[in-house]
Amino acid sequence: MDIKKLIESLSPNERKILPYIEEKKIDNICRKSNLDKVSVIRALEYLQNKKILNISSKKKKIVEIGVNGALYKKRGLPERRLLNLLSEKRILKLQEAQKQSKLSNDEFKASIGSLKKKAMIEIKNGKIILNTGKGEISKKMFEELFIDNLPLEYDLLSPEQSHALASLQNRKDIIQIKDEKTVEIGVTDLGRKIIKSDIKTKEMIERITPEMLKKETLWKGKKFRRYDVSSGVPAIHGGKRHFVNQAIDYGRKIWTDMGFTEMTGNMIDSSFWVFDALFTAQDHPGREMQDTFFINKKSELPDKKLVKSVKDAHEGKIKGSKGWQYNWDEKEAQRGVIRSHTTNLSAKTLTNLKKENLPAKFFAIGKVLRNETLDWSHGFEFNQTEGIVIDKDANFRHLLGYLKQFFKKMGFEKIRFTPAYFPYTEPSVEVVVFHPEKKVWLEIGAAGIFRPEVVIPLLGEYIPVLAWGPGFDRAIMDYYKIKDLRELYKNDITQLRKMKFWIK
Amino acid sequence: MANININKKQFEKEIGKLDEKMQNRIMLFGTPIENITSEEIQLEIFPDRPDMLSYHGFKRAFLGFLGKQTGLKRYNLKKPEKDYVVKIESSVKDVRPHTACAIVKGLKLDDNKIKEIIEVQEKLHTTIGRKRKKAAIGIYPLEKIKLPITYKALEPDKIKFMPLESSKKMSGLEILQRHPTGKEYAHLLAGKAKFPIFVDANKNILSMPPIINSQLTGKITEKTKDVFIECSGFDFEILKKCLNIIVTAFSDMGGKIFQMQLKGGKNEVTPDLKTEKMKISLENTNKLLGLNLNENRLKKLLEKMGYNYKNKTLEIPAWRTDILHEVDLIEDVAIAYGYENFVPEIPEISTIGKEDSKELIKKKISEILAGLGMIEVSNYHLTNKRDQFALMGVPEKEEKEFIEVEESKTDYTILRKDLTHYLLKNLSENIDSEYPQKIFETGKIFSLKKEVSESEHLAGAITPGNFTESKQILEYLFRMLDIKVTLKEAEEFPSHFIEGRVADIMLENKKIGEIGEIHPKILKNWKIKMPVALFEINLGDVFEKII
Repeated sequence: MDIKKLIESLSPNERKILPYIEEKKIDNICRKSNLDKVSVIRALEYLQNKKILNISSKKKKIVEIGVNGALYKKRGLPERRLLNLLSEKRILKLQEAQKQSKLSNDEFKASIGSLKKKAMIEIKNGKIILNTGKGEISKKMFEELFIDNLPLEYDLLSPEQSHALASLQNRKDIIQIKDEKTVEIGVTDLGRKIIKSDIKTKEMIERITPEMLKKETLWKGKKFRRYDVSSGVPAIHGGKRHFVNQAIDYGRKIWTDMGFTEMTGNMIDSSFWVFDALFTAQDHPGREMQDTFFINKKSELPDKKLVKSVKDAHEGKIKGSKGWQYNWDEKEAQRGVIRSHTTNLSAKTLTNLKKENLPAKFFAIGKVLRNETLDWSHGFEFNQTEGIVIDKDANFRHLLGYLKQFFKKMGFEKIRFTPAYFPYTEPSVEVVVFHPEKKVWLEIGAAGIFRPEVVIPLLGEYIPVLAWGPGFDRAIMDYYKIKDLRELYKNDITQLRKMKFWIK
Repeated sequence: MANININKKQFEKEIGKLDEKMQNRIMLFGTPIENITSEEIQLEIFPDRPDMLSYHGFKRAFLGFLGKQTGLKRYNLKKPEKDYVVKIESSVKDVRPHTACAIVKGLKLDDNKIKEIIEVQEKLHTTIGRKRKKAAIGIYPLEKIKLPITYKALEPDKIKFMPLESSKKMSGLEILQRHPTGKEYAHLLAGKAKFPIFVDANKNILSMPPIINSQLTGKITEKTKDVFIECSGFDFEILKKCLNIIVTAFSDMGGKIFQMQLKGGKNEVTPDLKTEKMKISLENTNKLLGLNLNENRLKKLLEKMGYNYKNKTLEIPAWRTDILHEVDLIEDVAIAYGYENFVPEIPEISTIGKEDSKELIKKKISEILAGLGMIEVSNYHLTNKRDQFALMGVPEKEEKEFIEVEESKTDYTILRKDLTHYLLKNLSENIDSEYPQKIFETGKIFSLKKEVSESEHLAGAITPGNFTESKQILEYLFRMLDIKVTLKEAEEFPSHFIEGRVADIMLENKKIGEIGEIHPKILKNWKIKMPVALFEINLGDVFEKII
């Protein structure tokens, strides 16, 4: 920046202190510029940013006078007071001396010690005897000189002062040593040029005020002070949608863009819809309490015809299928359960579907619960995204096509499919995506074509139903670089304020 | 989930080099690699393929997939010799009615094979055996047994033998009460009048299935050449499959399979390794997979998966338990074809997408409140009684209408009854964050009166905040939704509000929620040091009004 522009950027306070910056000490600048310390320091920092000066701070150890020290400075050190007493009496009993000198026990002991060391007194038979002449007494003791000269910089003490320090340091609160930060200002070449140039020439406009705008003369022909547009400002934050919901909104958009209609429904359902209608045998391990949350409440079953055909599917009475070959129990199907996947919504959708509305495509994104422990990699609540395509011409390659498209939009460019097993789909697929940063393949989603044993009871005939239900949280964690699953629902307000938006 | 561990050297010697290409093949066969160390490779076996729960079972199937040994593998079965008999007494009918048995001879066992046998037994127990409930397997050194064998049930106190991992004789009941394995599986026999046992011709008890074997016959060792195998349980078909899986693995290890004659109960000879026939249609296969295979190609692919194909009919190996329908065969065709070889395609079907109206309204509400600087939070649907009741000032005897989940593994044991307590919990956990704090949430709450009910709620909280400020927010929200709500002094209200500073939110004479200032005693419970104003609304009527 040239000097002219630089001068235009000076704020009023910077202008005020500029003539005095060669003072080096902040206190002096404050005094001369008539500004408070905070304003001066801020202005100095701005000037430093503009390369007009350098602020260097040093740490110094400073020896200062303590509380008792200040008192003694006024009233005299205890040993001075004792000495004054002795100069009149010459010889005094110890007790008498303490009484008359009005010194405390500690002060008295310290005084005796100090005077003995200087050989000014002697103690004999419980009496203090003065050993010094008037001339000597009238001289200031080195401790007194030291106190008079405080504050002093620790590192610059003379040997004599160090001696005094050692002698006073152990006594209570006479002196104290403090770390002091001292700031020194060094004016740069640029700074010197600026000081020499005419900085007061023109009045600069600071803040634009409504009053100013009412009167043209207040601003016409005047210069506006330049701002340092690169300097930092305090952070602010706004209201926003929870980041998980932002991601879900995006998922919803992908599906609706692809022509899918949203399914929603209850989280508490009967085992019938969560398991039985999906051809999950009643002794399947997923139906045990250590995997799924059951509630102690029976749910109603749908109409008898549907229940019967689901029973038939399990028992192997559907044409072409051996079923699971056991006696299906209606009571087990009535057990209330918190949905462990959103596929119950797909099952219900199939039963309500009219043939004239085919082909049809549906999706859901919703919370599912599983009986899991809670730690960085486990949780009992997940978001699942569900999709079904009901089309008599649907095939396995279409299934892979929809999945590839969805995951590409979720940010996974490299994707592959491997065999998998689920009780209600055949063929089944595991979606595996390449994590570009971790450089590993990750299993991310389950999919397949609903088995005839699922479709026939619900739809009345076998029409291929492409189906998938990948978890959604992994993609969210990747996008926000979250490593601990619990952070998704921690609701740390500071973190929520900082969190970037889902921009996709 | 079941995994198998395979010795890497053995794999490389008998199957092929475990390079990246091979690992890829393993994955595309449908047996994901869980872990590879310098010694072992660990594969996940899906629950539909218990026949691959042993290394030899996996090898048989995988060599086919690689095209090295295709078609149905045949096993030589020897007819029962004299005394290769298991007598099944009717006493077992009410406790564990069925067994399927076999003898395998001429085994040359080593550490590795013994490990494999123990593993496959355990894994079959946990998978298709459903933790020994449906099927349990016993394997015994034949030299310690005098044939024929009897399978019967006795009163627990009449059963006396020394079980494995014990140094003294115990009765049937004692085993369930004191023996570690007995205690673990006690629930499978508890309450039964009689317990099942296998007894040999010398009247020695071999085992008490599905719990434990006797010390006398003991475990198989490197010296064991011949074994007796029994599977016991409730479903004879499953037991036979289980037995097939075990004996074919033993045979692949070099043993000769001998059948046994079952007498009483099912008068059958087991194992029979009889294949099953099923039809597969080329047309159905091509249609479902989106392929254009010819019959010869279909035949080749099926042979890779271990089937024989002739005249549109398949022969299914006797160890496969998962073929219920033609679609199961079609999946195997897809695996043999290679999932990597399918070209993904999006068909041109014209359908119009549509968001659910309620979800849309929730999103709009969120946008309106975010516009006021409020931050949306998202809490768990599960909570606990302390947060839901105690901290909200609800005495224990008044806790009601909540839904508890069974056997939760965490402290979260009930479904949330409102959003309010969660918002206070959020504020409580954020007392170090910058104020003011304004938060809201929309989501489901649950309650149990006569029936389970589930409804969508909205709650918002501001701190420091007062009634006026929260009312301003509420009124702004409903103005933007173009719905008229009024506030009415609340007569009955939850104790977390301050009397005189709480109102019912009314939509056309129907109460849809409450708004007010939170009482200091509740703020104290949550250690919140700033005043809080809060509202919670049931969105049901709001949805109805808009949609």
